[in-house]
Amino acid sequence: MEKTRFIYEDATLTVKILGDIDHHNARAVREEADKIILGRKPRLILLDLSAVEFMDSSGLGLILGRYNLAEEIGAEVKIIKPAPSVLRILELAGIERIMKIEEGAKK
Amino acid sequence: MKRSENTMKLYLPSLSVNESLARSAVAAFVAQLNPTIEEISDIKCAVSEAVTNSIVHGYKFATGIIYICVKYYRDRTVVIEIKDKGCGIEDVSLAMTPLFTTDTSGERSGMGFAVMSTFMDKLDVYSKRGNGVRILMTKKLA
Repeated sequence: MEKTRFIYEDATLTVKILGDIDHHNARAVREEADKIILGRKPRLILLDLSAVEFMDSSGLGLILGRYNLAEEIGAEVKIIKPAPSVLRILELAGIERIMKIEEGAKK
Repeated sequence: MKRSENTMKLYLPSLSVNESLARSAVAAFVAQLNPTIEEISDIKCAVSEAVTNSIVHGYKFATGIIYICVKYYRDRTVVIEIKDKGCGIEDVSLAMTPLFTTDTSGERSGMGFAVMSTFMDKLDVYSKRGNGVRILMTKKLA
């Protein structure tokens, strides 16, 4: 099953992650995302979490891993539209200290 | 010891596909107490962390059984026990240090225990090397 959707425009790659992010799903997301990140070499990567209802610390590992990959190719990473429960775990880990988090419209 | 109002026991093989089953089953059981959305998402996350630890670290590449027991009490306290018979943790306090991980792939955040202790009211970890891990987590619902 497809775990990600991509939009590439003006050197910006939007990676929309679909469904739960746990240890089981993280691998497929990582493989799909890395393939397109390395293929397109964008300047900006937007991790769109609007379709993620559940994320545990495996998601933190996934985000930090993509952040490291982005550093290698000189790209910036931003997280967009995390659900409140996802935002809590991002904040717990202090992710906002290394990348921007843009919240979506409040529900 | 006060008596629990209700109990659920679940035994699952340590397959990663069971991570979502474990957290969803515990969430469905706890839903009997009409928790808030935040409470249920905290519990799901904590269960997911504990079960993932058993799969990734406890049993590594072998398959073993993960034992889950959930109880709740009249005062709305939820107690979740998650046990494995895997390789155990040599140094529990080191393992519980935020960002500490034995994983070398760079894909594990080392935040599992930090998530469990933040999202639950109480977390106890019992382990000895070679003797598996027993995790006891408690949360009192509003």
